[in-house]
Amino acid sequence: MGLELYLDLLSQPCRALYIFARSNNIPFEFKKVQLAKGQHKTEEFRKVNVLMKVPALKDGSFTLAESIAILLYLVQKFKTPDHWYPSDLQKRARVDEYLSWQHANIRAKGSKLFLTKVMLPLITGQPLPPEKQEFITEELNVALKQFEEKFLQDKPFIAGSEVSLADIVALVELMQPVCAGYDLFEERPKLKEWRRRVEEAVGKELFQEAHQDIMNIKNLTADQLAPELMENFKQQLLKQF
Amino acid sequence: MHLPQNGIINISGRCLKLTKIPFTLGKEIPFTLGKNSVYLNYSTAILLYLSRKYNTPDHWYPSDIQKRARVDEYLSWHHANIRANAPKTMWIKVLIPLFTGQPLPSEKLQEVMEGLSTSLKQFEERFLQDKAFIIGSEISLADLVAIVELMQPVGVGCDIFEDRPRLREWRRRVEDAVGKELFFQAHEMILNIKELSNIQIDPQLKEQLAPVLMKMLK
Repeated sequence: MGLELYLDLLSQPCRALYIFARSNNIPFEFKKVQLAKGQHKTEEFRKVNVLMKVPALKDGSFTLAESIAILLYLVQKFKTPDHWYPSDLQKRARVDEYLSWQHANIRAKGSKLFLTKVMLPLITGQPLPPEKQEFITEELNVALKQFEEKFLQDKPFIAGSEVSLADIVALVELMQPVCAGYDLFEERPKLKEWRRRVEEAVGKELFQEAHQDIMNIKNLTADQLAPELMENFKQQLLKQF
Repeated sequence: MHLPQNGIINISGRCLKLTKIPFTLGKEIPFTLGKNSVYLNYSTAILLYLSRKYNTPDHWYPSDIQKRARVDEYLSWHHANIRANAPKTMWIKVLIPLFTGQPLPSEKLQEVMEGLSTSLKQFEERFLQDKAFIIGSEISLADLVAIVELMQPVGVGCDIFEDRPRLREWRRRVEDAVGKELFFQAHEMILNIKELSNIQIDPQLKEQLAPVLMKMLK
């Protein structure tokens, strides 16, 4: 029994893992956990990750949660090419810096936009009032500005001249608001170029494949969601937004 | 720039953010904050950088792949969970009233404490469990990052350790491992944060920061 990765490609961190592992030819068994069907809440999955979140890793008896931790584990175990997580102290610190900052910024704001634009109307039957939606988009715009000015600057990639974990983690998060209908790359040529470079670095075909599900998210209808989930989700969303 | 022993970094810029990095090596480490380092979410990156550059003892960030993964797992989870709620107690009870001149409704604090409670439950059940420290028998960066965040509610009178004996014991072990004196030195400001309420803030600064701070709570 080899490495198992528990994934739902609708989730950004799952896509980062999928792309990284496939791009580096890391052998793993893809264990699909359908979030829409509530499969992350089953007893079976709970044994893999008691926090009931994807992605999760199972390597023999060793289980691990949190995509960043899993990415770093794979880097070490499979000794992937240096540029993914550079051994140079300062370059590595730049990657760590981004991976740390992104949780509360790009990831949080991008997810919020996706949840309010796609999931909220789907589950509650009503969109968010336009001013609130506008506010959420503005928050993401602030994070994008910080991303361009502090992390990317005029370099081809976050850590410098080569792609690293930071770029994959960043790009998959940005695809979430894009797939929700906010083309944030449109008026940001620098980001657009960076995106093209990252896609090329990991493989365009692989990138497209990983994003197939999320790109079709607008086809998701309420009846496709597990009923138990609906009520729970509804409460959560209404409370938050 | 030499970081003072109590390791408090004041971040200038739009947000006044207080956090600290206890230097458990017990000595001053020459430290340069890049001029773009406005956000202290970098503290994880800084800790990792320091542990590598100064070759700190292995247990802080173990070379064993599985133990290291446990540290990474905690450091990652921490952001959206403990760190999402613990600092807010300080903002709500002290800093925001200081800058806006108004106290905040108690429901706000209640909300934050509930969120924190959920995170603490997960912390105990998933990360700490029955071990001495997060990765096992030795302290690591994970424990450090966790404890400094959890001292914030304590500093403003929300003693989250009171009804949680397992966490209380863990805290005691962490304090012993880093050295009680250093621990309290690092937390001097946080534990006396209420004294901040008495300081005078430049009214212009107040005006500037008040809307920013209010937005933070949304």
